[in-house]
Amino acid sequence: MLFAIPLAWLQLKRERMRLFIAIAGIGFAVFLMFVQLGFRDALFNSAIRLHENVNGDIMLISTRSNSLISIQSFPQRRLYGVLGAEGVDKISPIYVGFGLWKNPFWEGLPKSQTRQIMILGIDPNDDVIGVSGFDANARSLIRLEDQIFFDKKSRAEFGPIPAKFSELEKKNELITTEIADRKVTIAGLFELGASFGADGNTITSEANFLRIFTRRDKGDINIGVVKLKEGADLYKTLEAVKKSLPGKYTVNPTLTPSEAREDFVVGEMRVLTKKSFIEVERKYWQNSTAIGFIFTLGTVIGFLVGIIIVYQILYTDVTDHLAEYATLKAMGYKNRYLLKIVFQEALILSIMGYIPGCILASFMYTGTRNATALPLIMTTERSILVLFLAITMCLVSGAIAVRKVQDADPADIF
Amino acid sequence: MTEPIISIDRVNHYFGSGNLKKQILFSIHADVDPGEVVIMTGPSGSGKTTLLTLIGALRSTQEGSLKVLGEELRNSTEKQRVALRRNIGYIFQSHNLLKSLKAKQNVMMALELHTHLSSQEQADMAEEMLKAVGLEDRMNYYPDELSGGQKQRVAIARALVSNPKLVLADEPTAALDKKSGRDVVEIMRSLAKDRGSAIVMVTHDNRILDVADRLIHMEDGELESYDLETQAPPERAIALG
Ligand SMILES: Nc1ncnc2c1ncn2[C@@H]1O[C@H](COP(=O)(O)OP(=O)(O)OP(=O)(O)O)[C@@H](O)[C@H]1O
Ligand SMILES: [Mg+2]
Repeated sequence: MLFAIPLAWLQLKRERMRLFIAIAGIGFAVFLMFVQLGFRDALFNSAIRLHENVNGDIMLISTRSNSLISIQSFPQRRLYGVLGAEGVDKISPIYVGFGLWKNPFWEGLPKSQTRQIMILGIDPNDDVIGVSGFDANARSLIRLEDQIFFDKKSRAEFGPIPAKFSELEKKNELITTEIADRKVTIAGLFELGASFGADGNTITSEANFLRIFTRRDKGDINIGVVKLKEGADLYKTLEAVKKSLPGKYTVNPTLTPSEAREDFVVGEMRVLTKKSFIEVERKYWQNSTAIGFIFTLGTVIGFLVGIIIVYQILYTDVTDHLAEYATLKAMGYKNRYLLKIVFQEALILSIMGYIPGCILASFMYTGTRNATALPLIMTTERSILVLFLAITMCLVSGAIAVRKVQDADPADIF
Repeated sequence: MTEPIISIDRVNHYFGSGNLKKQILFSIHADVDPGEVVIMTGPSGSGKTTLLTLIGALRSTQEGSLKVLGEELRNSTEKQRVALRRNIGYIFQSHNLLKSLKAKQNVMMALELHTHLSSQEQADMAEEMLKAVGLEDRMNYYPDELSGGQKQRVAIARALVSNPKLVLADEPTAALDKKSGRDVVEIMRSLAKDRGSAIVMVTHDNRILDVADRLIHMEDGELESYDLETQAPPERAIALG
C-alpha cells in the first residue's frame, strides 16, 4: 500500500541533525564491516595466490607442513618414485625458503634495511609457476649464477625496485642486492603480490636457491609438482600415485569422502590435487590462525555497533512522536501502520547509511591496495553482502524499537 | 424521530483494580441527536474526559450500553473500535498535529484512511477545508510556524475534512486567548452545522456556552442535561472557569 504522504521519510527529514548522526553512525558500521570483510578476503586471497599459479595437477608436500609459510621439506626421491605411475607426465620440484632481503636503495641510517622475503627455487626447464612476467625467457635468465626474478607487487619496503629496474634497464644495467648475505642480481620482474605470510617474493633456479640457502641440501624439496598426461584421469592417476609411494595410506577422518579422494597421506607424503592444495592453505588461515576469527569478530562488532546506533535513533524518534502516534491511533490508524513507519525509517536509514559507508570503503580499499599490495577490491558479492547486513542490522533495531510504539495509547491524549 | 447518534444507557466506568478500584462514572444516561451541538461542563476530575474517550472508542466500555453511530461499544473488539474511530473527528486540547508534516499534509492524514480517494482528491479536499478555516495562505506551513489559534484551526480542518457524523472536542480553546478561542469555536460550529455533524465539546470556558444547543453537566460522575432553548441552566453549571 502506497501512501500519499511518505510519513517515515518526512519525519526523518524533519530532524536534520538526527538524520545526519544516524547516517554517520550507520555509515561507520557499514565501513567497519567492509574493512573487516575486505581484509579477511584479501588475506585468504593473498595466501593462496601462489598456489593458484602453480602449474600442476597433483601436489606432494610433507605431512608435517601446515601452510606455505611453515612448509617443511622432504626428499626429492619420493617425487621421482611417482614418475613411473600411470597417467603421470612430468614432475618438478619447488624449493621454498625465507631470507633477509637488503633494500639496495636504502638511504636512511647507516644500518642497512632488511626484510624477510620468500624465495622460490624451481627447475628452469619446467614451466611450473605461471605468473605474469615469468615466461620461458625468464626461466633461461635464472639459469645464470645468482640471477633472480623479483615480484614487482612486493611491499615497498624492499626498495623502489620496479621503478629503478626500468630506469637502469635503459642503461643496460641491473640491480644487485643481497638475500641472506648472498649477492644476487635482479634479472627481471614478475607479478604475484604480497600476502600476509610473505611481504615479497622472488623466483630463481634451484641451483641459485641452494647458493643462497647454503644449509639446504640438493634434493631437499618443499613442493613436488606432478603434471598429468594429456587426457589422463585425475582420480585414476591419484590411485596410481598412492601405490607408487611407500608407507601406510591414511586419510584425515574429518574430511568428507569426496574431499578424502583429493587429500590423503601415504607414509610421510601428503598427496593433494591442485584444488585441495589451494583449499588446505585457505583453511589454514581461516581455521588454524586467529586472523580469520579476528576479522569475523570485527565484522560482528560492526554489525552490533550498527544495531545499537540505529536502535538509539529509532527509539528516540518513536519516543518523540509518541503523542503523534497516539493521535493517529485515535484517528483510526491501525497499529500496523505505525509499525510500518518504524520499519520504513529503518530501511531508509540503512540505505542512506550504506551509500557513504560503501564509498568510503572503496577509497580505503584503493588506498590500502596501493600501500600494502594486498588484493583489496570492492567485489559485487561483498557489496551485496554488506548491504544485506546493513538492512538486517536496521530491521533488527526496528524490531526492538517498535515495541515502544505499543506505548502510544490514544486514550491518553484527550 | 431520527435515531440518536450517541446513545448512552446506564454506563459505569471504573479505574484501577482490586482495593484500588474506583468508580468514576455512575449510571450515565444521555442521547445526542445528529447535528446537535452539545457542550459538557463540570468540575475538574468529574469524569468528562473519561466519558469522551468512551464515546470516541478510545477505551472499552465496561458496564452499561454505549451506542455510537449505531455501533454497540460494550464488548466491542479493537478492530471494531479502530473502524469506528475513522468516522469520528477528534479535536484535542493541545492541537496534536504531526510536526513533520505541513498544514495541508496534516489535514490529508485524516483522508488517507479513506482509501477510495486519490492523492489529488485528498489534496483538493484538504485545501478546501483549510480555506474554510481561513488558512488559505498557511497551507504549506509546518505546525511550528503557526500560532496556537492557527494550529487549532488546522486541527479542526483535520477533524472535519472527512465529513464525520460526530466530532469530539476536549477543551479545544484551553490553550488559546479569548479572541482566538471564540473564533475557533465559531468556525467549528458553523462547519459542523453545514455538514450536519454533531459536536460533543468539553469546556471550562463559560463565554462560549452560547454556541451550544444543549448543555450537559457532569458532577462526581453523574450527568444532568439542560436544553438551552427552553430552560436556563442553573448557575453552577455555567459558573465554572
Ligand atoms: N488512566 C486513569 N487511571 C486512573 N484514574 C484515572 C485515569 N484517568 C482519569 N482518572 C481519574 O478519573 C477521574 C476523572 O478524570 P477525567 O480526566 O475524566 O476528569 P475531567 O472531568 O476530564 O477533569 P478535567 O476537567 O480536569 O479535565 C479523576 O479522578 C482521575 O483521577
Ligand atoms: Mg479532562
